[in-house]
Amino acid sequence: MEDKVLTKILNEHKRTGGNLIMLLQRIQETFGHIAPENVDWFAERLDIPASRFFGVITFYPKFRTKPVGKNTLTVCCGAACHIKGADKILDKARETLNLTGDEDTTPDLKFTLEKATCIGACNIAPVVIMNKQVHSGMDPVKVTKLITGYEREEFLGYI
Amino acid sequence: MANDTIEIKVCLGTSGNAAGGEEVLRMFRHYIFEKGIEARIGKRCSPSKVGCRGFCSKDVLVDVIANDSRTTYQSVTPIMVERIVEEHVLGGAPIAEWTVKDEYASFNAKQRKVVLGPCGEIDPDNIDDYLAMRGYRAAKKAMTTMTPDGVVDEVIRSGLRGRGGSGFRTGEKWKACRSVPSDTKYVVCNIGEVNRPLAEGNPQAIIEGLLIGGYAVGASKGYLYIRERYHLSVERLRNALVQARERGFIGRDLFGSGFDFDIEFSFGTEAFICGEETALMESIEGRRAMPRVRPPFPAYRGLWGKPTVINNAETFSNIPLIIGMGSAWFAAIGTEHSKGTKIFTLSGKVRNNGLVEIPMGMPFRDIVYGIGGGIEGDKALKAIQVGGPSGGIIPTSMLDLGLDYENLARVGSIVGSGGMVVFDEDDCIVSVAKFYIEFLQRESCGKCVPCRIGTKRMLELLTKITGGTGTEEDLKTLERLSGVMASTSLCGLGRTAPNPFLTSFNHFKDEYLAHIREKKCPAGVCTALITFSVIADKCKACGLCRRACPANAITGAPKVVHAIDAAKCVKCGACYRACKFKAIKKQ
Repeated sequence: MEDKVLTKILNEHKRTGGNLIMLLQRIQETFGHIAPENVDWFAERLDIPASRFFGVITFYPKFRTKPVGKNTLTVCCGAACHIKGADKILDKARETLNLTGDEDTTPDLKFTLEKATCIGACNIAPVVIMNKQVHSGMDPVKVTKLITGYEREEFLGYI
Repeated sequence: MANDTIEIKVCLGTSGNAAGGEEVLRMFRHYIFEKGIEARIGKRCSPSKVGCRGFCSKDVLVDVIANDSRTTYQSVTPIMVERIVEEHVLGGAPIAEWTVKDEYASFNAKQRKVVLGPCGEIDPDNIDDYLAMRGYRAAKKAMTTMTPDGVVDEVIRSGLRGRGGSGFRTGEKWKACRSVPSDTKYVVCNIGEVNRPLAEGNPQAIIEGLLIGGYAVGASKGYLYIRERYHLSVERLRNALVQARERGFIGRDLFGSGFDFDIEFSFGTEAFICGEETALMESIEGRRAMPRVRPPFPAYRGLWGKPTVINNAETFSNIPLIIGMGSAWFAAIGTEHSKGTKIFTLSGKVRNNGLVEIPMGMPFRDIVYGIGGGIEGDKALKAIQVGGPSGGIIPTSMLDLGLDYENLARVGSIVGSGGMVVFDEDDCIVSVAKFYIEFLQRESCGKCVPCRIGTKRMLELLTKITGGTGTEEDLKTLERLSGVMASTSLCGLGRTAPNPFLTSFNHFKDEYLAHIREKKCPAGVCTALITFSVIADKCKACGLCRRACPANAITGAPKVVHAIDAAKCVKCGACYRACKFKAIKKQ
């Protein structure tokens, strides 16, 4: 089954003649992460050393080799967000999600917590992004409400 | 505006979206179409989305234009829509209590919206709106009445300089690329985080600029380089590209000139270094984004070894204006050596956070106090950080400095791509500098030694100072290190990385020394250097702080003055924020 999907990605990649980054983006889009065994699969078929794949994967923070949660919460930690308390939002999010050490995903694979360098929404700082939706003017209380809303799969607002 | 239409414009950039603009627009459509409002008033009534109007702290903004007068509502929520439709659209009476206040006028008064102008007016997903604002006239003019050299000369005469970072003269860059004989050339538009509002508000202008750029340098292929994470920008650009192609603005034999041009996306993934043009090219080619040695410059050997021009989206958005209105018109805006306008995201501790466009040369005072409306909570302004992470820190004493390329370079900063963060008295300048260096250390690509190791050492030294163990010797080391990095790093990131430290140290030496000699953080930010205590006279023994303390470090009971156990205190500041009587002292 997985082979079939991989083959499809491979053919698409060959057809469009995209670069390595685009290929990795497509793999991550499909599976949520880039599994090392999948890298080997592509490396073999494209005749590109796996080290080149891993070189690119480890360079860009967005690429991940571990499974991703169903929801991704990204906390922006750019300068404008920083001085408006992004670290407190991040701490609260980690606490709410019960993440310890360098974990970034909950064991039930419901949430992944990420940091972004700057998403360019400085004028509505501090911001977080839940999946694709930007939430502005955040604070630790609102981020908890946001997370619990998505836990129940019915986020209706910061009630 | 024709008298027989009522226009409703809902702000739907990233910020309007975050504030729930999508739902507001849906409600307007619901009331107007499903309740047959048009038939009842006998006028056309069109609710549409527009890009960012900049006044983001009061989003969602909605303009209602009826009978030639424009009313702007602020902080609109879906439940307010019905009343606006009933009373204003149907009844003709604007609802005064929901309209924008004076601050909206003062926010806009000093701005010069040239590039951003159409963003709050047109529907970014509809090419007809762009065409109605003379869209693609400049491209047509260039291709039918001007030679490529003529276009390059016009851009040179305008004095336009790159809006991405270094401020290199755009026309000169194009001229160099034009002069290189090659069958294949490329033009690349970098759409960084600060360019998002342009991509979301007026994507066609970027495409038109890129098109003219391609014609001028003789490239037949353009790339839109954008981070895939900027979903809304990607969506609108993609849509714009489809529409431009349908109308024949991209493709073969454009405007009958025999010139072919095609545009493709190249999706990057977030990395600060990708703002450096040679690193960006590496990224487009699918490798680790590590800068190349220059020369050769991209204009001679760029993407896949071919001559390439790289400019950012703001630079390209200026091009249709320069060609359409003429270089003389453009050169009349700004100062002698810095022409035109510059877009900034004004953020931090100013009252009006937002997206602003100012003529070059405007003093910082006008930006912070005029457009920004002053400091939040009437606190004292401490400094302004301009130019993004590798920019410099401008102290209050330089408030009357005009913002242009020369002035900023003179004070050790850069115009950069358009970040402006305002700090107030509660911000510690040393930890601000540390924050920026930490960012740059993380984002350093690691290719050259001065930047890779230099940023790391700088961060360690600044961490020492904010931790209370710094020495005056460390400051000397920092200065020496800064000099080495600035002169020997491979690319702009490393060369400008010491800016946050150097500028802040120049202007706030006392604050650095306070951290070192007195082991004090004057702003009360560096946790290792502050203590919290209860001022017994002011304590009402209410228990608020006791309940707020996560470490159970506060003792006391009802009617018994509270006290903080310094050994248990984790210095989180929760008590300080919780106290309603200002009875907690932070020093």
